[in-house]
Amino acid sequence: MIEKALKGGGTYRAWLSFLCAVIAAGFIAWLYQWAYGLSVTGMGRTVSWGLYIANFTFFVGVAASAVTVVLPYYLHNMKEFKRIVILGEFLAVSSVIMSLLFIIVDLGRPDRAFNMILHPTPNSLLFWDMIVLNGYLFLNLVIGWSTLDAEAKGERPLPWVRILIIISIPWAVSIHTVTAFIYQGLVARPLWHSPLWAPRFLASAFASGPSLLILMALFLKKAARFDVGTDAIRKATTIATYALLVNIFLLLVELFTTLYGAVPEDMESLRYLFFGIGSHHALVPWMWASMALMGLSACGLLFRRLRENEGALAVICLAVFAGVWIDKGLGLVVPGFIPSPLGEVVDYAPTPLEALITAGVWALGGLIVTVMYRVVVKVRESV
Amino acid sequence: MTRREFLRALALAGFAVVTPADILKAAAKAPGPKWAMTIDLSACSDGCTDCISACHTIHNVPDIPDPKRKIRWIWTSSFHDLFPDAPDYRSGGPVLALCNHCEEPPCVPVCPVKATFRRKDGIVMMDYHRCIGCRYCVAACPYGARSFNWQDPRPFIGKIDPGYPTRTKGVVEKCNFCEERLAKGLMPACVEACKKGLAFGDLSDERSQVRRLLSSRHAIRRKAYLGTKPKVFYLV
Repeated sequence: MIEKALKGGGTYRAWLSFLCAVIAAGFIAWLYQWAYGLSVTGMGRTVSWGLYIANFTFFVGVAASAVTVVLPYYLHNMKEFKRIVILGEFLAVSSVIMSLLFIIVDLGRPDRAFNMILHPTPNSLLFWDMIVLNGYLFLNLVIGWSTLDAEAKGERPLPWVRILIIISIPWAVSIHTVTAFIYQGLVARPLWHSPLWAPRFLASAFASGPSLLILMALFLKKAARFDVGTDAIRKATTIATYALLVNIFLLLVELFTTLYGAVPEDMESLRYLFFGIGSHHALVPWMWASMALMGLSACGLLFRRLRENEGALAVICLAVFAGVWIDKGLGLVVPGFIPSPLGEVVDYAPTPLEALITAGVWALGGLIVTVMYRVVVKVRESV
Repeated sequence: MTRREFLRALALAGFAVVTPADILKAAAKAPGPKWAMTIDLSACSDGCTDCISACHTIHNVPDIPDPKRKIRWIWTSSFHDLFPDAPDYRSGGPVLALCNHCEEPPCVPVCPVKATFRRKDGIVMMDYHRCIGCRYCVAACPYGARSFNWQDPRPFIGKIDPGYPTRTKGVVEKCNFCEERLAKGLMPACVEACKKGLAFGDLSDERSQVRRLLSSRHAIRRKAYLGTKPKVFYLV
């Protein structure tokens, strides 16, 4: 089936060439980082995790969000999702691969990554993250590929595929819970040491993931005449709306708990994020932009005339995606380190090289999703 | 008496002699030293770096000027930065800080490859060959005691001491309570270099200097409320 992705018109080839160029540039940048060490990034003694881990966290969420279309379709027979489920599964594959790559590019000694398999350490959340992410990748690859293959041949999927699908549903929740636990378990970082992050991660994932899925479905409708159906779009929009509202609610819950209690240590990270501390306020415009993006999107989604207008919906989905990316990426990882355990406040900004490596990973994710969606479109056309 | 009744009576008699409490106490008294350090809060004088120079020299700790990339095993901070919620036991002047070699170290469980681990004698160790540089332990340490090699450290080492390995870029390092010196019966380098402010010894030995100091003076520890049980005590 993959041969269907190798043929295409001018625009398709140009897009693939562009992606490959960015991937190559990102890879070369990563080799440079491998040679000179992570000092080529903007991270340092205070902020020791940055853009890479922020993206890792965000894209685990996008991967988990596949469950928002898989669960209703396979467990509750919601037939509206029939044509969108495969898109969700392949988006999950691409997102998980991006997440794993973001971890690899963040490692100081990636040549020793195999140590995680040679010396399994169940008390470490990173060990479990490796297990659940790779398991989820395997699940979605096999489920997606076998269901698409069966459809191409005009057959029903084999019975064991359904077992994998059932497993993938709690597994999706687990990948993002484990990711949240990576942060939640650290007593050293007051901003992270809160039980709220796991539910908040899931809520923001179920808002941003379907938003991206809707965006891509709308694009496929225009560019490839592949229509998942208005009902699928509407139902996915509903899910994203409620998830976004839950995310905003949980954010307000956290703001109340922190600000009403007014314990100085608890408040410092939030103060840095929204108002800055001293002369350090690099993230302040980003955070307010994120609040605006999420808040305005939530309002927009409440109006039927907006959410049922495809142009407006696309803008809203983009806003949700961007808003959550800032909130869950930069707005979580960086302020966790500020102030440091010794009270130091610094600003973090990624270097151009760091951004190029990140772009390279995004481009690889984009390539995977492009190729897989191309196969889906071609299979559906021929059936 | 049947054989079963005899064996049952024997078991009960055995329990009468050795109660579970005795077993637990014997297990707790695992042999070997339990290393700890005391730091006299009033001892450090402004500008003195004797202990830092000693430690960083024999351990090949690079001297990197960029504060973002700095590597330090032992350093000075202000009292307020180290003890944000304590009364002003020391109003001005530098206070020494280093890895606390906690009894319940939060950095050890998070390492995905067990490159950092706690020895029976209480020292929290680093295996530079196993570390994959994920910096999870750096995030987990509540004391800022761990440093990461953001670049190759060798160009920044003044004179390489062949007695201790240099590290590569991409791995984490921190104070090791001079375990290589302790193995030869020597005191840690910082303690030896500082003639007045630092004491080091075995907590399980009642006659050790640290036990005597702790029984005669009031001591505080950094962020003790976290339950990490630090083994570096600051004498007030």
